Amino acid sequence: MLQRIYDWVDERMDITPLWRDIADHEVPEHVNPAHHFSAFVYCFGGLTFFTVVIQFLSGMFLTMYYVPDIINAYESVMYLQSEVAFGMIVRGMHHWGASVVIVMMFLHTLRVFFTGAYKKPRELNWVVGVLIFFVILGLGFTGYLLPWDMKAYFATVVALEIAESVPVVGEMIRVLLAGHEELLGAQTLTRFFAIHVFFLPGALLGLLAAHFIMIRRQGISGPL
Amino acid sequence: MSEKEHNVSRRQFLTYTLTGVGGFMAAGMLMPMVRMAVDPVLEVGAEGDMVAVADLDELTEEPQSFPLNFEQDDGWYEAEIEETAWIYLDGDDVVALSPECTHLGCTVNWEANEDEPERFFCPCHFGLFERDGTNVPNTPPTEPLHRYEHEVRDGTVYLGRPQPQV
Ligand code: FES
Repeated sequence: MLQRIYDWVDERMDITPLWRDIADHEVPEHVNPAHHFSAFVYCFGGLTFFTVVIQFLSGMFLTMYYVPDIINAYESVMYLQSEVAFGMIVRGMHHWGASVVIVMMFLHTLRVFFTGAYKKPRELNWVVGVLIFFVILGLGFTGYLLPWDMKAYFATVVALEIAESVPVVGEMIRVLLAGHEELLGAQTLTRFFAIHVFFLPGALLGLLAAHFIMIRRQGISGPL
Repeated sequence: MSEKEHNVSRRQFLTYTLTGVGGFMAAGMLMPMVRMAVDPVLEVGAEGDMVAVADLDELTEEPQSFPLNFEQDDGWYEAEIEETAWIYLDGDDVVALSPECTHLGCTVNWEANEDEPERFFCPCHFGLFERDGTNVPNTPPTEPLHRYEHEVRDGTVYLGRPQPQV
């Protein structure tokens, strides 16, 4: 049945080359853990992507219950955490997943560094990778405030003060992030929410696309 | 033994196991999320409390409007809701009708139209209801006004939630 639907579409659209391009690629022996177990270090990039996908999905579902408003934010998080079936699990996935992404990304960076995979002709992809690193840190930073509890609030107070300590433009950066000249309040929360669910994920998708296209163009770097 | 003598080829076996394991992982990931999203559908409605609305001796044969205050749980938000009910005595029986028109939800009033005495009138599309809530034929509403569940304890009338009469 599925095969016949596929054939019907394929006959008209010729979709086979589309996914073949994505699925068919060389996996050299030196990155295949079945040949050398130590090749598992090459999995960290994929694992980072996998956890990012979990973050996207669980985040989408969390916004069904979350409100970015100083009166309701904490209450809505408590509600989805304690009243909604599996709410605790989904929030747990997003919460712990955030740390897992950073750990995996760090291990991936180490592997690329120590195998020298960043060298010519792959310098640009290293740069894109570093940008992804900052976007992920930004996601962690903005997401931390959203539950609007004491820990979230004061962590952001401290972070904004660190931002303010930048010479010359520090004050401007703080106001830009907080959305208010003195307060860390209602406008900060909506701002962080917008950055966390629209701006940074959008940027991340673009950067990931660039990252993967470059890998496909240049192939996997050679053995040590 | 060559590949051909097996009923399931090596490639098929790999496809099956990989699809199985992959499907299991994807399901484990998505199940909590989907279950969370459909929670409102599966939730069993909480039994509403009965609210004291009026004293029995305030009631007459004539429908009177009484306020009805209760707390409404809306997820993380709790609202104080004030509704009204049209309550009258039918012999010894208490009848409490919801003022919500069964056409499109406007609010009906007792004898609000001078040409239609002894009837509830809805100003939106001129819906009419008899004293017991029955909708008058050839006016827009298609079912009787909803009736509150009620209970009389120690001379006080308690109301629950309105239920359809049909
Ligand atoms: S809403 Fe009452 S008649 Fe239409």
